[in-house]
Amino acid sequence: MKVDFSNFFPQLSFTGFVLFTFAYYRYVITKADSLNFTDLLWKVFITGLITTLISLAIQLFFNLFARSTLVESPLTINFFYNILIALVVIFMVSTLVVWKRLILYQKSKRLLQLWGLFEIALVAALLFDFFNLKVDDANFRFSLIVLGCFSIILVFNLKWVAYLNFKQKWKGILFIILSAIYLYHFILNLLKFSYTEVLVIDLLDRVFVWGVFGFLFLYAVISILVTLFNLPTSSVFEQKLKEAIDFQKLSQSIPRGETKDQTYEILLESSMSAVFADAAWLEVIEDGGRTQVIRNLRDDDIQGIKSAIKTDTIKSILQLELKNEVSPGKLTDGIKHAKFKSIIALPIMVQDSQVGFIVLLNEVSEAFNREMVNIITTFVNQASISLENLTLIQESIENERYKEQLKIAKNVQKSLLPRALINNDHLTMSAFSMAADEVGGDYYDILEYQKNKFGVIIGDVSGKGTSAAFQMAQMKGIFHSLVAQGKSPEEFNKQANMALSQCLEKSSFITATYFDIDTTKNILHFSRAGHCPSLFYCKKEDEVNFLKCDGMGLGILRNSKYDDYVYSNTVNYNEGDTLLLYTDGITEAKNIDGEQFGSERLKDSFTIHASKAPNQVKEGIKDDLSEFIGEMIIDDDYTLVVIKFKDKGKNG
Amino acid sequence: MAEINTENNDGIHFITVNGDIDAGSSIYLDNAFKEALGDGEKKIIADLSGLDYISSAGLGVFISHLDEFKLQNIELALFGINDSVKQVFDILGLEKLLTIEETKEAAIKALND
Repeated sequence: MKVDFSNFFPQLSFTGFVLFTFAYYRYVITKADSLNFTDLLWKVFITGLITTLISLAIQLFFNLFARSTLVESPLTINFFYNILIALVVIFMVSTLVVWKRLILYQKSKRLLQLWGLFEIALVAALLFDFFNLKVDDANFRFSLIVLGCFSIILVFNLKWVAYLNFKQKWKGILFIILSAIYLYHFILNLLKFSYTEVLVIDLLDRVFVWGVFGFLFLYAVISILVTLFNLPTSSVFEQKLKEAIDFQKLSQSIPRGETKDQTYEILLESSMSAVFADAAWLEVIEDGGRTQVIRNLRDDDIQGIKSAIKTDTIKSILQLELKNEVSPGKLTDGIKHAKFKSIIALPIMVQDSQVGFIVLLNEVSEAFNREMVNIITTFVNQASISLENLTLIQESIENERYKEQLKIAKNVQKSLLPRALINNDHLTMSAFSMAADEVGGDYYDILEYQKNKFGVIIGDVSGKGTSAAFQMAQMKGIFHSLVAQGKSPEEFNKQANMALSQCLEKSSFITATYFDIDTTKNILHFSRAGHCPSLFYCKKEDEVNFLKCDGMGLGILRNSKYDDYVYSNTVNYNEGDTLLLYTDGITEAKNIDGEQFGSERLKDSFTIHASKAPNQVKEGIKDDLSEFIGEMIIDDDYTLVVIKFKDKGKNG
Repeated sequence: MAEINTENNDGIHFITVNGDIDAGSSIYLDNAFKEALGDGEKKIIADLSGLDYISSAGLGVFISHLDEFKLQNIELALFGINDSVKQVFDILGLEKLLTIEETKEAAIKALND
């Protein structure tokens, strides 16, 4: 074998043209990303049409001047033959690029490698053609066989066919048949020229040309066959695709901010199209309201269908009385109705309770199968999840709002407790208060209403949380107005009861103890209104005792009879004596065994710490309490106030 | 949690309470009283021997019906109250407003006198 130089330049320009065309079409077709399959085939068809028309024109020219010397001159023949070569190359290469894109529609690594090898083989064929071998040469045929093998492996990559719908498949078949006819026409045309012996370059002596022809033709034939065979199943594929899209619509309907009603609409539409239902309706009951979405039915139809139902399961679904899981087989049945013969009824469940149902009807008997019930079930489940999510989103927004309001209430309530405690020459104090909820109902306050005269209160509003906090605010108002008037403890409780009787809820009451401290006389005068007795530490005796006094909670008796139950008591104190005020959250705090901390333990704890500074007394008792309750959490508001007295004589 | 049972016997309406009366279960106690009021009962005896703990909400239930009982001449007696619950009643001053007896017989007697 040796390279024929007379043939070298024509072959070189041919090779150059092929590569250029390939590069061009690759760029054009790869760039057009949005092209769908029919558009691609359309491109092939149009390119083929144009090139074929031109080649027909050439043929016409030869036929018209068949007898003239013009058409017999080698120059004319070669001129037109070269135009024909250009047309063939353009059509073949553009088709090759389109076929490539179709074959590589679903790429795998192996397929890409194979295609790469095929392209290399084609380039090799182009180079091989420089040897200018004839068709009957063994090497020529061997090269052709190699290309043929590649083609056979590649042509079975036809996954794109499945994505065409029915109409597109017919279009595709038409375009491919026409493309194959063009190919055939070109081969015939080339053969015709080949008989004239004057050609500078005969395309038919090219491995590349035969190889590509073979490949294009084979792929066209296989595509047509596969598309034809796929025609009957395309509706199934379309249906499945639609189901998947409907499913996605359902799952996205809520996040997209659509309302429940829109979700119901989507659910009903998707379900109907999934099972080819003739009519359907959906009912959901929630928040006391009833939502009904109806398709192709009148109200009296619904009544008629309800009475035509035979099975109990479907009846109970329609009455929203479904208790337990139902097997899919029981959800579909026949009905004796003038118009509708088949029914599917599916419950709509939200958070394990039936909130509604969907009913699908068909005019044909036994129109629904198990598969359909399964699809609808997934639709309904997805819709339920969407609805559940919607509920959760709404709830969490609501909760967020409540939290925000509670935060405000907490801040307001904090401002109700005294900001500064009194620490002067007469007394020092320390206090601690903790609410079980965001806001609580414990209250303490101190006010120097006259020089060296202090009004002190500890109070506990029944219940806890927001309503308790509001009542505590009222108590603060009452305290400040009555203390300013310098009322005696008895008078204080009587008037506080009167004031609270007007505004407290019927089942609410407030316990309180009011202290009037006169630091010039070292006298503690107090009246207990149902509040747990305060503890008093006498330093001289080194002894703690409860400050006993009869009394009744505020708001228990809401008339003047209350006054009969108001008492007061007086204690003289000395330097170092300490008063401990607390609320029942402390004494009723329970440990893991359910045992209460109790007033005796509190008394003992106070006895141990009483001689210390007020802050240390408070901390000591808190430590003892938390040691007692251990891991448990105190489920009530609790408050501690420690007041240590000094001697007026020493402090002036 | 609390379990509340009612029973009518010889013209006396008995309410038996078992367990804890806290904010949650106080509603049941309230319902039991409301039911008795609605039925026109004139003599009510509450058996609190099974009552372990009563919260302020539970006490509120007793308090909220005191006026109503007085207005309608309904007599209420309690019995079987354990020491810690008794102490709560005492501290609050409720023992002065309620008829509290040791035993059932004493409670019946108190109402019939």
